Amino acid sequence: MAEALGNPMIRMPGSAKKGEIVEIRSLIMNPMTTGLQKDKKTGKLIPAHFIQTVTITFNDKPLLDVDWSTAVSANPYLAFKMRAEESGTLKMIWKDNTNGSWSADSKITVS
Amino acid sequence: MKQMQRRQFLGTGVTAAAVAAVASTGLLRAGNAFAENVAGWPVKAFDAKVLDEAMSDSVGKTNVPVSSKVSLKAPTIAENGGAVPVTIEVDSPMTADDYISTVWLFVDHNPTPLASQFTFTPASGKAYIQERIKMAKTDNVRVVAKTNKGELMASAPREVKVTIGGCGG
Repeated sequence: MAEALGNPMIRMPGSAKKGEIVEIRSLIMNPMTTGLQKDKKTGKLIPAHFIQTVTITFNDKPLLDVDWSTAVSANPYLAFKMRAEESGTLKMIWKDNTNGSWSADSKITVS
Repeated sequence: MKQMQRRQFLGTGVTAAAVAAVASTGLLRAGNAFAENVAGWPVKAFDAKVLDEAMSDSVGKTNVPVSSKVSLKAPTIAENGGAVPVTIEVDSPMTADDYISTVWLFVDHNPTPLASQFTFTPASGKAYIQERIKMAKTDNVRVVAKTNKGELMASAPREVKVTIGGCGG
């Protein structure tokens, strides 16, 4: 079965006041298979295929590192926060266990 | 910043050696021709099959005092164990001197209990996460948080009743 992969999305406010804490929400397509489940038709194990790391930076400075297991639901959603101190670009990089890598970014103006 | 250096460091010269070491111990996930763990991903803690082992390999301890500063929200009943929403929030000033550095999320009896690990920075402003996880059956979820000074605190375990188990897929 073909699986949708990638298509990362970030939702973040476009502007904020300095010092304000903003919420960032993100989504990416990935099957997040555990490797423990059998294919109902063939009886063979479906290989584990899942996002393992999400690296989040703001203006190239570290903000949040996420390490995921196969217990994270398919097409993983992630929301987190950031203290808006300066205008700039938030970047997220997702990597899976099959050498898949996706990135997305979003800009914010801080006044 | 220390947090990111961990991954950046591991992402450079160590990669090949780390992959070789992992492959030789048989921990590399089998069954997928292209499967290869991402550098810096904590294999041992994520492969642990029981809660105590998963906690020892991640937190470093199995009994962590419960603190009201660690909030874990999850539904009392989840119809679909395949997507259980959880919200984690740890009370902390998140300043350069006093912040939450790491948060671990566990599901007590999942095939591998460690579900996620989060490495925060003071720039986070709030140690806050929302995501969706899979739960095999009715079970406890719990969170452990560590401050930059190494202080550990846990949420109270929170039971989620699961109607349809979510380890399909």
